[in-house]
Amino acid sequence: MDQIIIQTLHGLVNGMVLAMVASGLTLIFGIMDIVNFAHGDLLMLGAFVGASVLGVTGSYWLALIVAAVVIAILGALLQITTLRPLIGRDPLTTILATFGVSLVVQKYALWQWGPSVRQISEPVRGDFTLFYLQYPWYRIVTALLAGLIIAALWLFLKYGKYGIWIRATTQDRVMAQAMGIPVPLVYTAVFAIGSGMAAASGVLFGPFAGVTQTMGFDFTLRAFIVVVVGGMGNLGGSILASIFVSLLESYASILVSPAQAVIVSFVVLVLTMLFRPTGLFVPTPK
Amino acid sequence: MSALTESAPLLKTEGLTVRFGGLAAVNNVSISVPRGEIRGIIGPNGAGKSTFFNSLTGVIRPTGGRIVFNGEDIAGLPPHVISRKAIARSYQITNILPGATVLENVRIASQSRRHNWSMLRHYRSYEDVIARARAVLADVGLADKENELASNLSHGEQRNLEIGIALATEPKLLCLDEPTAGMSVTETHATVDLIRRIARDLTILIVEHDMEVVMGLAHTITVLNYGEILAEGRPADIQANPRVQEVYLKT
Amino acid sequence: MLVLENVDAHYGKSHVLHGVSIEVRAGEVVGLLGRNGVGKTTTLKAIMGMARRTGGRITFEGRDLQGVPPHGLAGLGIAWVPEERRIFRLLTVLENLRTGLDRRGMTPARREALLEKVYAYFPILKERRNQAGGTLSGGEQQMLAIARAMVLEPKIILLDEPTEGLMPRMVAQIQEIVHALHRDGVTILLVEQNVPLTLDAAGRVYIMEKGTVRHHASAAELRADQRVIHEYLGI
Repeated sequence: MDQIIIQTLHGLVNGMVLAMVASGLTLIFGIMDIVNFAHGDLLMLGAFVGASVLGVTGSYWLALIVAAVVIAILGALLQITTLRPLIGRDPLTTILATFGVSLVVQKYALWQWGPSVRQISEPVRGDFTLFYLQYPWYRIVTALLAGLIIAALWLFLKYGKYGIWIRATTQDRVMAQAMGIPVPLVYTAVFAIGSGMAAASGVLFGPFAGVTQTMGFDFTLRAFIVVVVGGMGNLGGSILASIFVSLLESYASILVSPAQAVIVSFVVLVLTMLFRPTGLFVPTPK
Repeated sequence: MSALTESAPLLKTEGLTVRFGGLAAVNNVSISVPRGEIRGIIGPNGAGKSTFFNSLTGVIRPTGGRIVFNGEDIAGLPPHVISRKAIARSYQITNILPGATVLENVRIASQSRRHNWSMLRHYRSYEDVIARARAVLADVGLADKENELASNLSHGEQRNLEIGIALATEPKLLCLDEPTAGMSVTETHATVDLIRRIARDLTILIVEHDMEVVMGLAHTITVLNYGEILAEGRPADIQANPRVQEVYLKT
Repeated sequence: MLVLENVDAHYGKSHVLHGVSIEVRAGEVVGLLGRNGVGKTTTLKAIMGMARRTGGRITFEGRDLQGVPPHGLAGLGIAWVPEERRIFRLLTVLENLRTGLDRRGMTPARREALLEKVYAYFPILKERRNQAGGTLSGGEQQMLAIARAMVLEPKIILLDEPTEGLMPRMVAQIQEIVHALHRDGVTILLVEQNVPLTLDAAGRVYIMEKGTVRHHASAAELRADQRVIHEYLGI
């Protein structure tokens, strides 16, 4: 029973972090039809930048903010240089481009920070007591922060002036342009937001398992699964799917090792593709 | 198959209706097209012409009524079955194979009619198919371009190739959906001549917006409006019909 | 104000516009008539940079539109109300309007004033301002599309078949709106298949057939002698 409660908490916490990653990915796909293979690597880069800032300043919060901003800017630059010239071409070219970026980022991180694992220490110490169980506070704080950031994103999209631009462009790019919305700029902004969120996720996740060059891969994989299961381009769907899939994986790890529990995610993916290909949490199109 | 006399219509629809939700795109349409006729179908935008065509060729399932082709009830049958029954269709958006040559495009269509799934014979050994394909190309005026890549043809030539592909399936009924759309005046005249040439052994249904084309080609014209038949008759009668003028000019 | 000189356009291989020449002067309502498929919408799309222009020139207030990015046209003063309306279905009525209201240089006061003006033209939009665009009826969507163009405070509105598919009562309403816009000094290029409405609203009319302009006359002349209309638009 304790295991179930612990795993539920794990699932929820991991789900929230994953939701942050997946949100960025689905936003990028929804608006410009780009499958961003470099997403997880931007997360990793953000974690490394965060770790460095933490080392220099000792402030977790500063690390979080600086990492998000730096990687957001990097994301914007990447989009302008590598992806903007490819607009309108065969989607395969953008997939290859983001894949190429992914490789470059990974090797850069290796060169810059070396192969050893970096640490990001927890922002808060101590455990939280639920009944008779101890659960680390920082994990709960992480989940809350992730939730806050996602909520901020949602509010921005719903009510913000530029949020409306983003949503209009996602629905009808041509009409948005006819209304004077600078669509190329919107694309860059969305890519920057997605990258920034990925970086923030990296810093949030840092204390969980340390910062390594390969930490991005697991996230990319799961994020893609979750984006498909939640409905591509569907923000709410990817959030729900993140929590759903993470909970399943956590429960599965009661029975098998965590490394094997990821199989559950793939099973969900396959079932979704077979029976509800537009997404589990999306109403069936008529 | 019932025994047919030559005087029975090739195509007959009885009370054909196609509803999308609450909207009747085609409403109780009954037409009768005799063998060998060129029937024009005209009407303002949204009159149901494309939907009517789609239900004839099996792309859309009618919600009511009958379609009787060559004595057989074909309403609701899937497109590939209808194609085997010798109804062919050309589309508003060109549907040719751009990577294949002109001859290959037509040959493939002809082959689908004449031979089944033998994978072992070399394609060049299908003499009869190639001969048929060449004959079709001559009919549509593309004989001298047989080895040209289909994507290299001009727009007008591509649309004529599309008619050729439909012809190669040896249809009894040929449905042409806006065959002169996007063509210059010269190309249009060439296509009209083409259609006249091939009309000898065929029954043709043609949807068009170009009045000159339709008035010049058709024996009988059916006018659709809001999914219903507004008028039917010979071109001269339709032109003189005040209700038809009203609908087109929206007066 | 808007001049098309000998414009040719292609959709892929299809040569859809042949040497189209049209002029719209400031304050005019100019009609573009023709049957389906003659290239009226394509002409508007060529102005909006959506069809591949392969010949000729399009200038607006003397400035060549070649090379102006698609999102720059609204800033120049060109507003487009497309044939399919293209309402942002998942955005509310107000949000649809905001895509035009939230331009650079708009103060909250000006925005409020514009919004009130648009609501005065279309009270039903005020009523439905928090409803999703996709839930509006056809006529309401058309009004929203026109309102959305109006909030750009454009110099010219390209109106593509605003009455298509609408009930006669709504057609009359649209006619009223075109008149009101004209009285307000808005220049309009009106593409239509509805002859009476066009002859009533427009000062001059171009008639297109098969991708080119075949006839050009004042609406008064065409009203007096309808033979040309019958030839190109009737049967």
